[in-house]
Amino acid sequence: MELVFQNLDLFLFLFLLALGFSIGRILELRHYRSIRQREQSLADILAFTNRFPPNPVDRHDVRLVSGAVVISSDYFKQFVAGLRNLVGGRFRGYETLLDRARREAILRMKEDAKRAGYSMIVNVKIENTSISGGRAGTMPSFELLAYGTAIRPARSA
Amino acid sequence: MSNILVSNMELIPGRRITSHLGLVQGSTVRAKHAGKDILAGLKNIVGGELKSYTDLMQEAREEATMRMSQQAASIGANAVLNVRYTTTAVTMGAAEILAYGTAVVLE
Repeated sequence: MELVFQNLDLFLFLFLLALGFSIGRILELRHYRSIRQREQSLADILAFTNRFPPNPVDRHDVRLVSGAVVISSDYFKQFVAGLRNLVGGRFRGYETLLDRARREAILRMKEDAKRAGYSMIVNVKIENTSISGGRAGTMPSFELLAYGTAIRPARSA
Repeated sequence: MSNILVSNMELIPGRRITSHLGLVQGSTVRAKHAGKDILAGLKNIVGGELKSYTDLMQEAREEATMRMSQQAASIGANAVLNVRYTTTAVTMGAAEILAYGTAVVLE
């Protein structure tokens, strides 16, 4: 027991590392499952990066739709990222983090369009901002924003 | 301001632009309160979505869009086209959200 108190810093660090690794992993798997499910249920909402809709002549109703998510790294990933910086190369932990956030943002944009009664989104843009400002010692967190113009043939003549 | 049409396309299909009134913009700088910041700090250990920040940014973006629409209305436009959003972290825990676009009159 005395050993624990003498090395409290070390034990706290290991505890946070284990917590980040285990819970972070569970949350990630759960999030991916939910993303896949919702991607399938929203597959009928089409999203394009085209600047104009397929038929740019007829009258259309338009509406700006957006979806955003702020996501943060976990303690374990940040620690591994620190090590990874020494040797460089690909870092899967952050790749999945950003991938999840981006897909989530797109899903929320589609949900926004669906709620408003639209089934097509054109001119989709995706933007990524670092919220923590990249300051040393802070946990990296990002905002992912997806926005575009929802469009449908005009209902009134 | 709901009568102002806001879109990030450069044209609205089937509608003619009768006049072009130049750039309009709206921005807001937001910070969250300390309580939420502490909770977010705890959330940082396990990672994942920071819900309070997401809400904050969403709210800020709506505010910026509204200010842009107000400016457009004040110069007599009925639509803002080619709208873009940018976000910049000003300091730790505060961000500026800017919305800008071209004010036009649609027939």
